[in-house]
Amino acid sequence: MNLELVALQAVLATIVTASTPLLLAALGELVTERSGVLNLGVEGMMVLGAVAGFAVALVTGSPYLGILASALAGAALAVPFGFLTLNLVANQVATGLALTLLGLGLSGLVGEHFVGQPGVRLDKLHLPLLSDIPFVGPILFGQDILVYASLILAFLVYRMIFHSRLGLILRAVGDNHASAHALGYSVIGVRWGAVLFGGALAGLGGGYLSLAYTPQWIENMTAGRGWIALALVVFSSWLPGRLIGGAYLFGAVTILGFYVQGMGVGVPAQLLSSLPYIVTIAALVVISKRRGAARADTPACLGQSFVPDR
Amino acid sequence: MRLELEKRPERSKVMAVASPIAAVFATLVTGAVIFAVSGVPPLKGLWIFFLEPFSSMWSIEELVVKATPLILIGCGLSLAYRANVWNIGAEGQLTAGALAGAIVPIFFNAWQSPLTLLAMLALGILGGMLWAAIPALLKVRAGANEILVSLMLVYVSQLLLDWLVRGPWRDPHGYNFPKSVSFEDWQTMPTIGDGRLNWGIVLALLAAVSLAVLLRRTMKGFEIRVLGEAPRAGRFAGFSSDRMVIFAFMVSGGLAGLAGVIELTSTVGQLQPNISPGYGFTAIIVAFLGRLDPIGVIVAALMLAVSYLGGEAAQVALGISDKTARVFQGVLLFWVLACDTLILYRIRFVPGLPRGEVAR
Repeated sequence: MNLELVALQAVLATIVTASTPLLLAALGELVTERSGVLNLGVEGMMVLGAVAGFAVALVTGSPYLGILASALAGAALAVPFGFLTLNLVANQVATGLALTLLGLGLSGLVGEHFVGQPGVRLDKLHLPLLSDIPFVGPILFGQDILVYASLILAFLVYRMIFHSRLGLILRAVGDNHASAHALGYSVIGVRWGAVLFGGALAGLGGGYLSLAYTPQWIENMTAGRGWIALALVVFSSWLPGRLIGGAYLFGAVTILGFYVQGMGVGVPAQLLSSLPYIVTIAALVVISKRRGAARADTPACLGQSFVPDR
Repeated sequence: MRLELEKRPERSKVMAVASPIAAVFATLVTGAVIFAVSGVPPLKGLWIFFLEPFSSMWSIEELVVKATPLILIGCGLSLAYRANVWNIGAEGQLTAGALAGAIVPIFFNAWQSPLTLLAMLALGILGGMLWAAIPALLKVRAGANEILVSLMLVYVSQLLLDWLVRGPWRDPHGYNFPKSVSFEDWQTMPTIGDGRLNWGIVLALLAAVSLAVLLRRTMKGFEIRVLGEAPRAGRFAGFSSDRMVIFAFMVSGGLAGLAGVIELTSTVGQLQPNISPGYGFTAIIVAFLGRLDPIGVIVAALMLAVSYLGGEAAQVALGISDKTARVFQGVLLFWVLACDTLILYRIRFVPGLPRGEVAR
């Protein structure tokens, strides 16, 4: 292989790793929003997952325990959010913001001792035979376990939402909580499940950052990825398939920014760093404009509290 | 045992006052637990964190200085949130205001007159408004979610600031430090007395009082409340929610911009990569703790300012991380929101299984 192909291969492989945390976090939020709950705390749960995963992996030496810890930390942080918004019917927007602020604060506090320490890297799998295929082998079959897990999860979430009884209930709760309640389904119970799932996946997305993408702990290392994940859910019209495309598109934008920077093109580094945010805004504008006519995909009860009547 | 909410016939006036107090109390208890866990005697910790800032004239002045931007931003956000407009990018509007205000001393360095300061303040407001106009217009024109757009612009504004102070706006005689020229004389906010206290607080109080009057005594205030609490009724009354989005963003963005330029001309004194310790985000907590009321915001801003100062004091005296303050702030917002439920609902603990189980 010549040099350019090797470089292209490296770029494509990093795009996959840059997209995975976005996909994981957005997938969790997609399920949460399908149940009618808007959790703006993704950034907070992600960053807490990042520090928890990093710390546990460092202490135990096992990145897999780190992964587990990051999911648990994300879900644990979702608990106060669930209690406030579901049991105490607090405003979801405000509570989600509180969650982000708390997550950023807690992770800074917990992670203080870990700043600058070398992390434990989640190793890449080398699927026999397949990863030896020239060029595409390492990109497609030489990634770490979470890359595959995120794609499989996306497929499972799709199956769950559209081809299972559970998905039917989930959508019923998200689209019309009063009717779902009248049919005897526990609206609060389903939403609790969705909130915890969203928390765990956000935590996992954060853990991916500190265990695989850049194995170290830096304060606020999520750098707005939780918010981009939220935008991706809107961008995907709450469809898991489109979410994969959206996440990889954003991963590509991030990485291309880095490479253009590396090539020494006369563009300020800060402009390239701000690309993901600007692209997010542009994508929101385009998708919102188009969606004006067909709002069918938006969960109708998104952001609305539910108090069971007696 | 399960928890059940029972709607009150009307908003509880007692709880409206009691809930923020209960929230602060609950935060103190949580704080004591956090101290105990980190091995600090809880009472000593609470004393240093929350009461020491009131013990000297110096720290009281510092408290007011820190409360100034929180009041300005918190009032504007209160108005926006009341109208159901979710501007969470005040930190970005603050940065944009500071950038706009800095144009005067950087490009017209020799101009020294009282008008210099006025021009800087006006530009600061304008900068904040312009930055806030982006999410407002995108919301009105394209229906783009204002929460996400305003938040994304925080990152963009900080990268813009970073580029300017490292590149074109860097002080040419500054030994390559990422800083602009230092501001002098009329490029800075005059102090009140010899200490750190400056005229910014007067502007902040003026803004709070004006907004309080606007919300309580004017037609616009009524419109804000109606559109916020009953958007459908508001539309029937002929109020335009699009115009309200623009109005709320202009007011909250302009005030955040003013806060930015006041910080710049008083405590910071020149452009540098960091000009705010997250005032734009803390002000969200201030707005809710102050019950989305400008006068309440003044009290809430002072309390949050205590957490900033207390955090610094605790770091020195107890050796605990200054990041503890951020945790306290987040916990406080949680408690405020939890206690607010009591205004509209009674909470009952009913023995027995969750309802779904009983129904079948």
